[in-house]
Amino acid sequence: MNSTAVDTAGSAPSTFLCHEEPPAHNGTLLGFWIYLMSDCFIFASLFACYAVLGTNDAGGPSAAQILDLPGLAVNTALLLLSSVTFGFAMLEMARQRKRAMLAWLAVAGLLAAGFVGLELHEFHDMIEAGAGPDRSAFLSSFFTLVGTHGLHVSVGILWLIVLMVQLGKFGLTEANIRRLQCLSMFWHFLDLVWVGVFSFVYLAGVLR
Amino acid sequence: MSHPSSPGHADDTLHVHQGSLRGYLTGFVLAAILTIIPFWLVMGHVFDSHWLTITLVLLLAIVQIFVHIVYFLHLDTHSEGGWNMMAFIFTIVLVVIVLGASIWVMYNENANMMPMSPQYQRSGDS
Amino acid sequence: MPEAMPHRAPVWDFLFGRLTLDSLPFLKPDLEGRIVLVTLVVVALGGVAILGYITKKRLWGYLWHDWFTSVDHKKLGIMYMILGTVMLLRGFSDAIMMRAQQAYAFGPQMGYLPPEHYDQIFSAHGAIMIFFVAMAYIVGLMNYVMPLQIGARDVAFPFLNNLSFWFTFWGAILFMVSLFVGDFSTAGWLGYPPVSELQQGPGVDYYIWGLQLSGVGTLLTGVNFVTTILKMRAPGMTMMKMPVFSWTALCTSGLIIATFPVLTATLLLLSLDRYLGTHFFTSGFGGNVMMYINLIWVWGHPEVYILILPIFGVYSEVVPTFSGKPLFGYSSMVYATVAIMILSYLVWLHHFFTMGSGADVNSFFSLTTMMISIPTGVKIFNWLFTMYRGRVHFTVPMLWTMGFLFTFTIGGMTGVMLSVAPADFLLHNSLFLIAHFHNVIIGGVVFGVFAAVNYWFPKAFGFKLDESWGKASFWFWLVGFWVAFTPLYIMGFMGVTRRLSHFDNPALQPYFIVAAFGALLIALGILAFIIQIYVSIVRRKAYAVGGDPWNGRTLEWSTSSPPPDYNFAFIPNIHARDAWTDMKKHGYRRPLEGFHPIHMPKNTAAGAVIGVLSFLCCFGLVWYIWWLAAASFVGIIVAAIAHTFNYHRDFHIHAEEVREFEHTGNWQAETQGARA
Repeated sequence: MNSTAVDTAGSAPSTFLCHEEPPAHNGTLLGFWIYLMSDCFIFASLFACYAVLGTNDAGGPSAAQILDLPGLAVNTALLLLSSVTFGFAMLEMARQRKRAMLAWLAVAGLLAAGFVGLELHEFHDMIEAGAGPDRSAFLSSFFTLVGTHGLHVSVGILWLIVLMVQLGKFGLTEANIRRLQCLSMFWHFLDLVWVGVFSFVYLAGVLR
Repeated sequence: MSHPSSPGHADDTLHVHQGSLRGYLTGFVLAAILTIIPFWLVMGHVFDSHWLTITLVLLLAIVQIFVHIVYFLHLDTHSEGGWNMMAFIFTIVLVVIVLGASIWVMYNENANMMPMSPQYQRSGDS
Repeated sequence: MPEAMPHRAPVWDFLFGRLTLDSLPFLKPDLEGRIVLVTLVVVALGGVAILGYITKKRLWGYLWHDWFTSVDHKKLGIMYMILGTVMLLRGFSDAIMMRAQQAYAFGPQMGYLPPEHYDQIFSAHGAIMIFFVAMAYIVGLMNYVMPLQIGARDVAFPFLNNLSFWFTFWGAILFMVSLFVGDFSTAGWLGYPPVSELQQGPGVDYYIWGLQLSGVGTLLTGVNFVTTILKMRAPGMTMMKMPVFSWTALCTSGLIIATFPVLTATLLLLSLDRYLGTHFFTSGFGGNVMMYINLIWVWGHPEVYILILPIFGVYSEVVPTFSGKPLFGYSSMVYATVAIMILSYLVWLHHFFTMGSGADVNSFFSLTTMMISIPTGVKIFNWLFTMYRGRVHFTVPMLWTMGFLFTFTIGGMTGVMLSVAPADFLLHNSLFLIAHFHNVIIGGVVFGVFAAVNYWFPKAFGFKLDESWGKASFWFWLVGFWVAFTPLYIMGFMGVTRRLSHFDNPALQPYFIVAAFGALLIALGILAFIIQIYVSIVRRKAYAVGGDPWNGRTLEWSTSSPPPDYNFAFIPNIHARDAWTDMKKHGYRRPLEGFHPIHMPKNTAAGAVIGVLSFLCCFGLVWYIWWLAAASFVGIIVAAIAHTFNYHRDFHIHAEEVREFEHTGNWQAETQGARA
């Protein structure tokens, strides 16, 4: 409807102003969530490329020939464990137990580092076997999608290291708690994307 | 004066849903099961039909994504005045459009426009 | 070109990558080299003059502390507007060069631009006008106006806002550098493969990295603005009490979040093809050129709605203000905006109906494209009904709005013509298409930007813009637009295609001469705009106004002109739509006592530093100067991490300072407005 001013306020001017400063609403967590949503679109584009190009092996190795499912199982387990241990760290944070929290964070970080290490190893073996990203459109889209995810995990690890230093140095301040909550979202989000990667790229990929 | 649904009132940072041990463990077990089944389907060659297997794998992936969202990311309709959920739904809709329509469009273009040289065929088919 | 310097010592290759003396076009003795040389001399002289003036007036410290490191949304907004205007001059000189070439190059006469150079010009013109003019303008407007309209003190992430600006700025600089160092892409404004894959040299790489930088900046802006609008509205301002401009800012930012990552990913894949030899968009090894075109338009179509939505918001503020009435159909305006936001994501294929999709695909996208004209039509009627029986003041912003209503409606109708897939097979890539999208972008976005500048300038600077030069600018633009583009519509029907630097058929020449004359009229319009700004600055005392010069309706008019750093001494408490009208109606008086300290974000140099480093990184990538790219990339990461160790990001403005400003600020017309 068109009504401009329903007379709600009476005419006292003070009703138009907040004489007490209203409490500040920190937007960091919402903002970070929105950033993650935008990241979904980067992955969506790469998934779309894999969907379109994933069978174009140009006479080179196909997904069924080159992808290593047992290695993938180990990798998936590492990332899932990393995700849940990060959750344990968040529980310790809520209980204000800094040392236990840092310990769980270190475990989560090491598991993720193991994930990145295994992935790099897989990439290395594939490139050695002549199945590098320049071999075919299938391999280009494979390396780019999986590599982009791996790059995100690596950035997460770097962020984790910096944040652990800051948590150790400055403690569980409000700002640090907020940062940890953001990193936690990032961490779980990457595990979520990985579900798409192992299902669509690997498991469905070898059957296409 | 009351402020009906003023922006972002019932937050803030420190009241965010942190999850519980039980929640994380439930999520972990569910995710593990939902991971093991598709691996088993594919590696154990359970079904002869590839498309059946692919469909099941993708369905299980969607279920697992929701498990992650609920148990690890703690997405619900209350946090941040529902805007988290709204942003998520918006994203899901548009991601489905990007993926679905891109695949549909490109399938069409390929069917109509691609030269049928062996280079574009998968090696297994030729 | 690399082969031209075969005997260079390896150390030079290491230091300069593929950058050689031959890469500098102004050293070449041909006509093109001369043109670039003259441009370089003019730019250099102008640059030296400006830098000299700044140094002489000892303004560097002021600029650094008050502007470059500022996190104030108002200052960043103004910097975006300046960037947009400078880039408009660049993009428009490209346009004039194209019009001159096409008016002249017929039959035996080949014109003054070789095809290679002409291709660079149309590629740069399109990319600059969209990314660094239109985007800079709308981001600048949203930056300035939106936080004021929702009663906030700043945006949710002030530092990111500064960083976004610097990314956009350095992206623009990268485009400008390509004028003098190397060349630019010849692959059109969207960099279609295979040209963008096969073009050697740095042109396409300039294009890629310039867009990547500004794209990241825009994405951060989108995240920032959505969070700001959702979290920082004044108490009582529910979503349905929010001004329409802020609504459109929200929807545009939502679209930015959903589309700019697609652009980033697509350009990334193109750069992987170019740098690492992958096969996404190659024609061999299973690559698929059509996938690039599909993905780039997944971004590209919503992009035009990203541009137009905030401009619809501008008109929705201008029309009620100068009609003295509330906006007709507020709710339908909001729903139409949301509908356009969603629908704009479902129409991208209409840019390539001719690429070979089946009839079902083409029909689907044809229908969605026609559907999107419905909410747009709703908006047009809303503006018309707002004016109906209102007391319309034909001020300069209102003139631009009338020009828009007329011009944009016709542009929209030619768009519906193009949405009919079978018709598009005839009109695709013709000058009809060129006329259509200039019709909606000039008639919509550019007119809206000028309306907005004339409307909000007094708010930002405390004095109005000169009316007569503003009107001159409007009429030159309006008439110039139609003279320039009507011939293109006609030639489009005759089948003349775009992007040609030479024509054989002399019968076409009169049309092109008329079009060039139109472009000249537009040039006068731009000149009149610059004179308008200059004259107004000179006569700023005479044109001075108070906080509410137009008898405005929304919150930005409730504070002084220009607003203080903290925007509002007291956060407003909202009871109705058109909050400021509501306040004036109830006899609101501004308090002069009882102030309290105000919490504000501190300025930071991190954004400026990261901006420079990312420019160096991209420049290194363009020229294969790997040490530079690697070093500045590491520098970016170090600077970002160092910034996170800074926990003291805010401060308080003392109550005494607030009191002083509230007593001395520029308010005079406020009470008068209240009585009106």
